[in-house]
Amino acid sequence: MENKIDVAEVKLTAKDFSSDQDVRWCPGCGDYSILAQVQRTLPDIGKKKEDIVVVSGIGCSSRFPYYMNTYGFHSIHGRAPAIATGLKVARPELSVWVATGDGDLMSIGGNHFIHACRKNVDLKVLLFNNRIYGLTKGQYSPTSEKGKITKSSPYGSVDYPFNPLSLALGSDATFVARSIDREPKHLQEMIKRAAEHKGLAFIEIFQNCNIFNDGAYSHLTEKETKMDNVLVLEHKKPMLFGKNKEKGIKFDGFTPVVISLEDGKNSINDVMIHDEFDSNPIRAFILAHMTDDPALPTPIGIFRQILKETYGGGVQRQIDEVTEKKGKGNLEKLLFSGNTWVVD
Amino acid sequence: MDKNKKNVQDLKDVTIRFAGDSGDGMQLTGTQFSNTTAIVGNDLNTFPDYPAEIRAPAGTLYGVSGFQLHFSSSSIHTPGDSPDILIAMNPAALKINLKDVKKNAIIIINSDSFDGKNLKTAHYDSNPLEDGSLDGYQTFKVPITTLTANTLKDSKLSTKEVTRSKNFFALGLMYWMFNRPIEPTIEWLNSKFGKKPDILDANLKVLKAGYYFGETAELFTTRFSVAPAKLPKGTYKSISGNEATAIGLVAASELSGLPIFLGTYPITPASDILHYLSTYKNFGVKTFQAEDEISGVTAAIGAAYGGSLAITTTSGPGMALKTEAIGLAVITELPLVIINVQRGGPSTGLPTKTEQSDLLQAIYGRNGESPVCVIAASTPVDCFYMAIEAARLATKFMTPVVLLTDGFIANGSEPWRIPHVDELNKFEVKFETNPEGFYPYNRNDLLSRPWVKPGTPGLEHRIGGLEKANIFGNVSYDSENHHLMCNLRAQKIKNIQNEIPDAEVIGEHKGDLLVIGWGGTYGAITEAVANVRAQGVKVSQVHLKYLNPMPKNLGDILKGFKNVLVPELNLGQLSKILRIEYLVKTISYSKLKGLPFKSIELQNKILEIVGGGNGK
Repeated sequence: MENKIDVAEVKLTAKDFSSDQDVRWCPGCGDYSILAQVQRTLPDIGKKKEDIVVVSGIGCSSRFPYYMNTYGFHSIHGRAPAIATGLKVARPELSVWVATGDGDLMSIGGNHFIHACRKNVDLKVLLFNNRIYGLTKGQYSPTSEKGKITKSSPYGSVDYPFNPLSLALGSDATFVARSIDREPKHLQEMIKRAAEHKGLAFIEIFQNCNIFNDGAYSHLTEKETKMDNVLVLEHKKPMLFGKNKEKGIKFDGFTPVVISLEDGKNSINDVMIHDEFDSNPIRAFILAHMTDDPALPTPIGIFRQILKETYGGGVQRQIDEVTEKKGKGNLEKLLFSGNTWVVD
Repeated sequence: MDKNKKNVQDLKDVTIRFAGDSGDGMQLTGTQFSNTTAIVGNDLNTFPDYPAEIRAPAGTLYGVSGFQLHFSSSSIHTPGDSPDILIAMNPAALKINLKDVKKNAIIIINSDSFDGKNLKTAHYDSNPLEDGSLDGYQTFKVPITTLTANTLKDSKLSTKEVTRSKNFFALGLMYWMFNRPIEPTIEWLNSKFGKKPDILDANLKVLKAGYYFGETAELFTTRFSVAPAKLPKGTYKSISGNEATAIGLVAASELSGLPIFLGTYPITPASDILHYLSTYKNFGVKTFQAEDEISGVTAAIGAAYGGSLAITTTSGPGMALKTEAIGLAVITELPLVIINVQRGGPSTGLPTKTEQSDLLQAIYGRNGESPVCVIAASTPVDCFYMAIEAARLATKFMTPVVLLTDGFIANGSEPWRIPHVDELNKFEVKFETNPEGFYPYNRNDLLSRPWVKPGTPGLEHRIGGLEKANIFGNVSYDSENHHLMCNLRAQKIKNIQNEIPDAEVIGEHKGDLLVIGWGGTYGAITEAVANVRAQGVKVSQVHLKYLNPMPKNLGDILKGFKNVLVPELNLGQLSKILRIEYLVKTISYSKLKGLPFKSIELQNKILEIVGGGNGK
């Protein structure tokens, strides 16, 4: 199956994708960076501006379409994947993006998300995960850590959080990736790769809410700590991290462990090689769950990418096959089909 | 035939009810009898009435499934008040249905099933075939199970499969009794079971055995004949409301030039619309069976945004779930056809039974000032035309349109004089493509905003659920603007009044009593009014198909009558609206039994009001 994008006729710039509306996110919000990286990347995905649609639900992140000078639909809470599905199935030639947050996608819209993944609808889903409800002013979200103290959990949340990547993998999403608002180059690369993917592409973006959950990802974004805490996954490359790439991930059976390449006990050959295209999802699950163990670094990058027929492709194929077999529908014939009789 | 010559008695009209276990194939039997009766040229009207349980435990009262059919040599509007003939396949079917049949009705009974176990399951203390319960009826005890087994004694089929084909014995017997050809059913069996020769052969044998049993058994001395009805010239077929709705949508697609997108979730009694539409793929129809009701409607909204003829189908509980999304379609002013095949509520209610209790929900059931157009189909055939009308109004006024049908007309069927495509009016839809002076909420004379397909260069814009500035369409929290937009949206729906036909009055335009109904009660009300008018009683009738807005002339009509009777299968929802909108005193006549009105119930109510003393 081909997985290449078309070539644009006219070279657009980030500015072409910026609408005339004032951006109303809080100063310092991670959303600004995501908006900027999307605007910088879209000129390179080979789509005309008018063929791009951004659909969103409700929440801070869902204001996204208003700031994009493309077609856009700011809808209702949680339903963006379903609206986007209808649009994409009706209009397969469009590039349809979903901008959503952890409350919007993982809570009220959870059902639509898993089914869009399962059906492999050709959507690009950007999850702005700040682990908090921002727009409603600071309640815990389905990705907030257990015990989190918020306005609605003054004694600590008793909920266990979702692992969005694991949920996407478990729903058989065909492209699953993670990036960080503070890693613009990496984020641009992920957006571009998602755009190229034929099928549902899911990117979890760690995004800082500096008002209600400031510093949620600081260990992954601050200079002093990030090299030791972030594992950048690259296809066919060993899983190395640390200031001098001196640490690696070894799979001890199904358990990832950190090994040092400096203690003389291990060599580069012991380090796991990442394979984005592994047809077996198990390793991607293991990587997704590395965040469960604070001793392990947090992977970013493409966890898994596979190709299979998209939902829209299947719908169109069936229409073509049935039309081929039965001939193009004829309304007059349809009206007069079945057991008819004539009254003279 | 020669040696057993039977009398043939001519009848004007007949009502038959087939009743048995939900697994006995009564719906199939009734449908086959209806189709054949239609081909013979009778006018007919059907009423399938089945339980929510797919295969309820055998012999139980709650597992009884019925199919009533009224056919006639003249024009009819209802499935008949009371059966002239009841076919009861087991004691439970007899017990449930006996109270409905006419005095001296013919009752044909599968006597094999009246054993101790089945009698007990049906809560009979003694055998009604022996204890005088059936005195006053013409009862025929036929050992249908045994006769079916004997017919198939050489068959390879299992006992279970043999027993299952006994409904074809009953069908064959009815074909004989009413002088109907068996060929249409033979043809149907051939097409259905062509790949299963054993089952085909068994069903054919049993069907014929039933037919010849009537002819040769000395049990029956009379058979009946119902002459063809004098219907207007044309080509006809028998059609159910759900099928008519589906075909109407395909017609609307052709008439508008828009591709169909149906976003839906299976729900009784609306699922058949999905089933039909999913077979029309060569018309370019896209059906999306969503993960839930909300996804069904929101996917349709996405498709509407993309320029499709967007449809969602459901029934009451699903309608409740779609509420928020319908509000989104209201504020984004996108065309959307919402079809609610009403059933008994609240909550899960009576999933397989009919009701009209979602009218207020359709008109008012959303947050905020959220006006939508609401229309209703009045008969199975009318579903075809109202589906087209829903699509026409939705696209012309850029609004959601709710089409209300109900379980009764959705599953019931009647003959349809099929229109040719060129008899249907086109309503081609134009999309905005000109960037010059384009604003997303720049309205035309009707107050409709432009419809732009994503992919149109230079017209990139954003819509959404937040209030939008008039004309320009940017997010606006301005108080004056919100007030204006609420009024504009309301006025747009009111403007639909100029696009819809005036209400028609049957009978005098002034008088003592107007009977006004809406939707699927059309047949029963029409028959009741016609019957009392035939007795010389002065009563007039209006039947509404446009509920929001209502026809322009309705207020004047209402003023012409001293009394306004509003029969509804709810607790007076239209009645309430008429009181509010037109300040008229109405008499609400309610029925909430999961059943359609009988025309006799309405006749009695009418006579009570006009003081006719019910002819006494």
